[in-house]
Amino acid sequence: MTETASTTTTAGQGVGESARRPDAVLKVTGEFAYASDLWLDGMVWGVTLRSPHPSAWIRSIDVGPALKIDGVLAVLTHEDVPGVKFFGLDRRDQPVLAIDQVRYQGEPVALVAADHPETARRAAAAIVVDYEVRAAVTDPRQATDVVRHQPVRRGDTFEAEVVVTGEYEVGMQDQAFLGPESGLAVPAEDGGVDLYIATQWLHVDRDQLAPCLGLPHDKVRLTLSGVGGAFGAREDLSMQVHACMLALRLNRPVKIVYGREESFFGHVHRHPALMRYEHGATRDGRLVYVKADILLDGGAYCSSSPAVVGNAASLGVGPYEVPNVRVDATGVYTNNPPCGAMRGFGAVQACYAYESQMDRLAEACGLSPVEIRVRNAVSQGSRLITGQLIDAPAPLAGMLRDLESMPLPEGPPATDLRALPGGVSQTTRGEAVRRGVGYGVGIKNICFSEGFDDYSTARVRAELVGGEPHVTVHTAAAEVGQGLVTLQAQIARTELGIANVTVATADTAVGSAGSSSASRQSYVTGGAVRAACEAVRKRFDGLPAREALERFGPIEETREYRHRPTYPMDPVTGQGDSHTQLALCVHRAVVDVDVELGLVKVVELAAVQDVGRVLNPQALEGQIHGGSAQGLGLALMEEIQVRDGLVLNPSFTDYLIPTILDMPPMQTKILENPDPAAPYGLRGAGEPPTLSSTPAIAAAVRAATGLRLTRVPIRPEDIALFNNGEVSDGKRT
Amino acid sequence: MPRITVTVDGITYEEDVEPRLLLVHLLRDRLGKTGTPVGCDTSNCGACTVMLDGKSVKSCSVLAVQADGGDVVTIEGLGADGSMHPMQRAFHEEHALQCGYCTPGMVMAAIDLLRDDPDPSEETIREGLEGNLCRCTGYCNIVSAVRRGAQEMGQAVSKQ
Repeated sequence: MTETASTTTTAGQGVGESARRPDAVLKVTGEFAYASDLWLDGMVWGVTLRSPHPSAWIRSIDVGPALKIDGVLAVLTHEDVPGVKFFGLDRRDQPVLAIDQVRYQGEPVALVAADHPETARRAAAAIVVDYEVRAAVTDPRQATDVVRHQPVRRGDTFEAEVVVTGEYEVGMQDQAFLGPESGLAVPAEDGGVDLYIATQWLHVDRDQLAPCLGLPHDKVRLTLSGVGGAFGAREDLSMQVHACMLALRLNRPVKIVYGREESFFGHVHRHPALMRYEHGATRDGRLVYVKADILLDGGAYCSSSPAVVGNAASLGVGPYEVPNVRVDATGVYTNNPPCGAMRGFGAVQACYAYESQMDRLAEACGLSPVEIRVRNAVSQGSRLITGQLIDAPAPLAGMLRDLESMPLPEGPPATDLRALPGGVSQTTRGEAVRRGVGYGVGIKNICFSEGFDDYSTARVRAELVGGEPHVTVHTAAAEVGQGLVTLQAQIARTELGIANVTVATADTAVGSAGSSSASRQSYVTGGAVRAACEAVRKRFDGLPAREALERFGPIEETREYRHRPTYPMDPVTGQGDSHTQLALCVHRAVVDVDVELGLVKVVELAAVQDVGRVLNPQALEGQIHGGSAQGLGLALMEEIQVRDGLVLNPSFTDYLIPTILDMPPMQTKILENPDPAAPYGLRGAGEPPTLSSTPAIAAAVRAATGLRLTRVPIRPEDIALFNNGEVSDGKRT
Repeated sequence: MPRITVTVDGITYEEDVEPRLLLVHLLRDRLGKTGTPVGCDTSNCGACTVMLDGKSVKSCSVLAVQADGGDVVTIEGLGADGSMHPMQRAFHEEHALQCGYCTPGMVMAAIDLLRDDPDPSEETIREGLEGNLCRCTGYCNIVSAVRRGAQEMGQAVSKQ
């Protein structure tokens, strides 16, 4: 047993330690193979022709001119889809290729394969599609086609001493992962296909893919290739069916790589939201009731809109005790770009609105932003508005006090131009720069909710390799950058006391791991790896690993892990234990605003997050930093601008994500109040920081400017055009 | 088609290239140097940053013919004798990457900024890396990594 102890501790790579990423050496040396790097001799290139219109009938498609181009091998339309012609995460409502009509700009209409990507692009441009453009539904308030409406009803007192109302708007955010969509489909001798793909969820890709190809599941095999970030955008299919269709038609490997512009059209975005809130409270700031109407624009297809609506409804008032509630969250179909999963979905939009309301309430009651939140904070034993008991630690009040007591950065430096809002492009000497401080609180459900059968599968094999104990962990869980490969290895080292661990490439040869989303993989795949390791260890029969493996030979065990069941929300009252775990994060933002030029510089972000149990301190900090940065982007710069259903800024020139100059240094404090229901007591950590940084920054800008600023992202003109002493609501006409 | 002679990671190539071929596509599609990724196509993200004659360039913004006679170093050619460059090691140890897609460009840009300032402040690092986008890390650990890389490179120089 000394061997077990020594390998675990000397390796420094077990659970709770800052183990290094096993893929990091490949990533810093350029050897890591992203999906876009894949190459097979004899492969050809696929390209997608997309609709230029948000809504139109297709009268005809003439592929003849494309087929005449030298080097073109195939041109396919919906008629060539071998099986079911529709796919979708929740509802199979999205055509593989448009059938007689298009419902959003960018909808795939035809496919081309050619021996060179440029040839394929030229051929796609040569296809003649005769569109009959029709009126597009682009205002979600005018939409009549509802994806889901979820009410939450609690209590019947809707009068209070202090009432504040507000209307809020969240723009359409893009995940903007850095590695655009890519995949390589290889036809197999058995008539099936092997797909190498950057995705978040191999098995659900296959569940949608196989019927479209008219193939049984076992003939559609997926292998994860290197993923350049995901953040929700890879939960839906992009080119998976397209690449496989072309490969099967041509009996040749087909590669499809999107460029950045196509990437903007090739994946779903964060739902834009229109929200109306009314908060009622006692004079001393205790919430009596909340009414909220949350309208989410799902765009042309369903994607994960139902779950987004569910989150917005159940978490619609935030982590506060509210006895009386009327919340209505509604997702609608429009002819705007389809929206679906993005880090924190549903909860992010509501969080911006309810936190803005809490600040208004603080002002109305003469309380500080921290005090109003502390007075209403949930804790263990509180109930959500769905009636669900919070049965794990939720020390929100303490987190806020911790945050408040963190030291503030020093006052605004007036001399160094680089430190002013706008940096070196500043045209003043900073005479109109004002500092503001704001707070934000967020609550996010971890894992899938509302009765979804949410599980993961792990196969763990221990054996002697060259006389040394070695472990192989095999799951289908997608490593998208978050560091799950590190964690799987850490768990195996800790549970088996064996230092040498290989995490096999994720593929569909092992059972489903579910999606790398909803902050769930540490919990669910972590739980599965631990369970499989425990089963292997049991077969060691009390012997040290080496001895056991010498005596018994290789030992392999496969285990599924499920979290506690969840239940649907009542369709009328919204009541129900719909979530399995809840996570909290709080942010404080300090900003400098040039109130004349409308320029904002975030000086510092501070965050306190309760993660239950830290599994890897370094990786966890990285998640908090990265999540906070995406929240900063939503607060100040990130928006897909859509006019009449047309995207105006599908490039990184015009869609701005935070640079290293936009993102400030961070202070973080991490709490470990374990959740007894979760493996190691952990709490999913990836999404919560994305929620709370946005409202904290918005509040700080309000504090600096005195403007109401009811829309994110806050743009320079929202500040500069209203800086005449008037109190503006920051809305544009 | 023009013929160019270009040295990439220590190997000299003679290639016939179309005048409009971008350096990044020469590297990736012709020479198999896929360690240099393409992130944006519009020269915003910096993922494709390489060294051309000792200076960092976004290889999507350089034509292959402009590299004629030049010496290109990509992320794949940074390390010597199978060991990592100190900046690569620092990115690894400081957890300055998640998905890693920006890392090759970040490392190259970081090395270039140390040419001007071997001991950069946090502000100087941030100014120097403004042209390189990262979507995962929030940049905090990248700043730490560049400082660490700078220290280790400084020590390596002082030992010589």
